Amino acid sequence: MTVDAGRSLLIIAVCAACTQLERALPFLMFGRRAVPRVVSYLGRILPMAVMTVLVIYCLRGTSFASAGSCVPQLAAAAVTAGLHLWKRSTLLSIVGGTACYMLLVQLVFV
Amino acid sequence: MKASFAYAFRRTIPIMVGFFPLGIAYGILMSAAGYNFLWSGLTSFVVLAGSLQFLMLTFFAGGVNIATVAVMALLLNSRHIFYGISYIDKFKNYGPWKYFMIYSLSDESYSLLCSYKPLEGTDDKTVNIMSSGFVCFYWTVFSMLGGLVGELITFSTKGIDFALTALFMVILLDQMKDAENKLPVLVSGVSGVVCLLLLGPGNFLLPSLMATAAVLLLLRPVLDKTVCDNREDV
Repeated sequence: MTVDAGRSLLIIAVCAACTQLERALPFLMFGRRAVPRVVSYLGRILPMAVMTVLVIYCLRGTSFASAGSCVPQLAAAAVTAGLHLWKRSTLLSIVGGTACYMLLVQLVFV
Repeated sequence: MKASFAYAFRRTIPIMVGFFPLGIAYGILMSAAGYNFLWSGLTSFVVLAGSLQFLMLTFFAGGVNIATVAVMALLLNSRHIFYGISYIDKFKNYGPWKYFMIYSLSDESYSLLCSYKPLEGTDDKTVNIMSSGFVCFYWTVFSMLGGLVGELITFSTKGIDFALTALFMVILLDQMKDAENKLPVLVSGVSGVVCLLLLGPGNFLLPSLMATAAVLLLLRPVLDKTVCDNREDV
């Protein structure tokens, strides 16, 4: 520990408070009156849009500078998507894609 | 109750698999920084946000003032503001559990809520509360485990974190299958890639979410009909 225990607790408390504030913000702002139509529009449309951005976020480390920094991600993503479009089994798609990625990063692109 | 518990557990298995190496890694890093498993457990339980918790390790190293800590935390987790918007109405029926659902609204709990499909013999509310409970439990327990025994693991789990990427992809594919209009995916995909190329992997998340929300608001006259009215009765 570089900082003391009190300071560490303060950092944890501030991070927790900021995170919880953001999670609660929509409820604090719209909780007591009717939800404006534009907000419910965003609420319906955003999950798909946010999930798209999160997939890109997960793959953000992909770089085309070398095969090892793009082939495992793209191959595993293709396997995941292919399995899912074929069988629509969540567990199979995730296990298949992850196994493909682990094999590639551990055995092929070491 | 038992059926709901089993269904909730089954739905959270991919998250358990993804959290295991991440939680272990977090616990090991914390103990290396001089924070034992109780610290890891406490932090995971009250913050419940993986990327911020890894960033917090740099705060613990010292030299960062509290105001900076707060701004970094707000920026890194700002995507969470968007998560609640979809559930303002739904959580109204949750009674006191509403506060638990808001507290536990992490990326993973949100993805479970997004992908929820009713199952015969189970209660929607109970399944969702239990699913969020499992997510908190896994993250807290695996973080503590990392502080205790992480260094004893001998097999290589390298690359197992791809499970989270795969989970998000699967959810997106299911959402797209059910959606009448897939334009939001195109909008956010383009904005995400453009922001990533312009701003780099470290800074693109918030701007691309803002750009996506802005474009979707502009497209509301087109999309509000095709997306909302079809889902009103569901």
